[in-house]
Amino acid sequence: MSSRGTDSAYDVEFRTVTKRFGNLTAVNAVSFQVRQGEFLSLLGPSGCGKTTSLRMIAGFEQPDEGEIVIGGVDAVGTPPYRRDVNTVFQQYALFPHLTVLDNVAYGMKQKGVGRSDRYQRAREALELVRLTGREKHKPSMLSGGQQQRVALARALVNRPRVLLLDEPLGALDLKLRKEMQIELTRIQGEVGITFIYVTHDQGEALSMSDRIAVMSDGVIEQLGTPAEIYDRPRTAFVADFIGEMNFLEGTVSRTEDGEYDVTTAGGVVVRARGEATRGQAVKVGIRPARMRITGATDDGVVNAARAAVDTKMYLGDEVQVVATLGDGTQVVIREQRAGADAPHDAIRPGDPITIQWDRNAPVLLAETPTEQQE
Amino acid sequence: MPRPRRRRIVTAKRGFTLWALCVFAFLYLPIAVMALFAFNKPSPAALAGFTGSNVCDIPPTQLGNLTVWNGFTTCWFNVGLHDPTYIPAILTSARIAAGAAIVSTLLGLGAALALARMNKFVRVPFDSLVYLTLVVPEIVIAVASLIFFVQLRNYVSFFPPLGAWTVFLGQVVFGASLAMLVIRARFVGMGDTLEEAGYDLGSGRLATFRQITLPRLFPAILSAGLLSFTFSFDDYVLPAFTNGTTNTWPIVLYSAVRFGITPAVNALATLMLLATIVVIAIAGLVLRRGRVSASIETEETATAPVAMR
Repeated sequence: MSSRGTDSAYDVEFRTVTKRFGNLTAVNAVSFQVRQGEFLSLLGPSGCGKTTSLRMIAGFEQPDEGEIVIGGVDAVGTPPYRRDVNTVFQQYALFPHLTVLDNVAYGMKQKGVGRSDRYQRAREALELVRLTGREKHKPSMLSGGQQQRVALARALVNRPRVLLLDEPLGALDLKLRKEMQIELTRIQGEVGITFIYVTHDQGEALSMSDRIAVMSDGVIEQLGTPAEIYDRPRTAFVADFIGEMNFLEGTVSRTEDGEYDVTTAGGVVVRARGEATRGQAVKVGIRPARMRITGATDDGVVNAARAAVDTKMYLGDEVQVVATLGDGTQVVIREQRAGADAPHDAIRPGDPITIQWDRNAPVLLAETPTEQQE
Repeated sequence: MPRPRRRRIVTAKRGFTLWALCVFAFLYLPIAVMALFAFNKPSPAALAGFTGSNVCDIPPTQLGNLTVWNGFTTCWFNVGLHDPTYIPAILTSARIAAGAAIVSTLLGLGAALALARMNKFVRVPFDSLVYLTLVVPEIVIAVASLIFFVQLRNYVSFFPPLGAWTVFLGQVVFGASLAMLVIRARFVGMGDTLEEAGYDLGSGRLATFRQITLPRLFPAILSAGLLSFTFSFDDYVLPAFTNGTTNTWPIVLYSAVRFGITPAVNALATLMLLATIVVIAIAGLVLRRGRVSASIETEETATAPVAMR
């Protein structure tokens, strides 16, 4: 609140921030920028450093190295109560001895906003999150979803520069979670405040975010729009963490006209668009939905592989086949099913099949994240 | 086969009810008898030779057999409340206990707050030392206190002689440990997320402590205070060693037993029982709000999600 400093294009900026806990490096020289009004997700498995990063923005942790710039001002060393950010905690952290209305008005009370004024604004905030008629209740009398809304109102009512959300939907059941995802995007659109959202749920991140930073072992593996992350994952980790991915390993055997060939140990030739270095050992990824099963059995064709079916599973509109290639690599193929689908229905475990894909389906994956600039 | 089985369940239920009644009788019958005999008259033999108007004026040694019911009188309450040794002793005990309760609770609260923030290498030894004062037999602390207090006066000139102050200091040792244990038990379940939420919403350290931490700890602070008051008030062992010439209520009572107790003691004990019940009822009412919302929580969680949709 005190530090509504110079207007910067970025609300939050990490400049090679490192945070260690004893021998463990939780966040390792991480740099990124969060644009004004953006919905950015920090996505990764537990222990990847996403929550630590969020807590450093909130001011609960201080970085060991680097700078954290909030609203154009270096915030390192500033205590949480002097930062223009608010947090929605994982377990809501509502004050159990205060009513819902007093909970929401708490932040304004600290700033010295007058009684009637702050209650007025608190009521408006509760309307924004669509929770009215519960003002006089204690938080323990509300359901999980309602407590979630109170926590959101309590943070939003202060109109912070940045709202931090630490897995806020983790404790809700699936249906309520879907509902709150829609609510959160609606509210973010209405208030226009920058959201930084920590989650380990890739579906949540894909459906809500403007951009996603995929984190692993204290570094950002890739930062981009949901479509970029899903369609063009840069590393094997990102490819594997976001959705399902089949991995094929081999050597780059040919590069020509913006295309390259990767030949696997089993003799499968993957031809794809893009740049690669000839002779290099690489890993390529192909989404299960981009593979298809064909009846053709011709050998020596690029972007095709012969396999033996292990299992077949109906998923309603889709059918999922797990098959093993000649060199022992297991792949998953997921295909749409249209009505009574004789070719698919005929597939039995042990059957030989041929798998094909387009040349724009494979993605070349790096082992380690490379420096990226946008 | 449903009938015999059902009958067996009913029999079992009755059996358990009976057992529970027996336990309650065992716990409360002595107290009830004590309260009843506060209203007992002197024996008929003693009354026969008495010519005054107030039967309770009969000297304690001539009251006759008081272990049987001789008839109803309320005069013992009057005698008890005007007794020249009992009343000052009760007041002394109450004063010491009140002081010990307040100081113990403050010390216990401070220790609990500090321990929650300490690193493991300091906390574990400190914790064990505190627990130790609770498990060490009181007689050991009493003897140690006596020797310590007497010796200390040789080195620290302003240290008080044995008396109410030394009783108070000795009891604070135990009371503070007890208070810390009670408050800390509450603390452990709390975590510091709520404090973080306070900071996050712009309240500084002191404001967060006052507005968030203290209200949440209040039930624990209250029970810690009441517990240390009770422990101090009816403590015999430690005052017996460190009282000097000060007489506390348990000490007076114990010496009175040797010369024969009159129903005046029963009367005072009954009044104290009533006072205790009133205090506990008030404490219960104060703490009730928290319990009510907790019990509603379990009912509400079942219905609220449905109501929301």
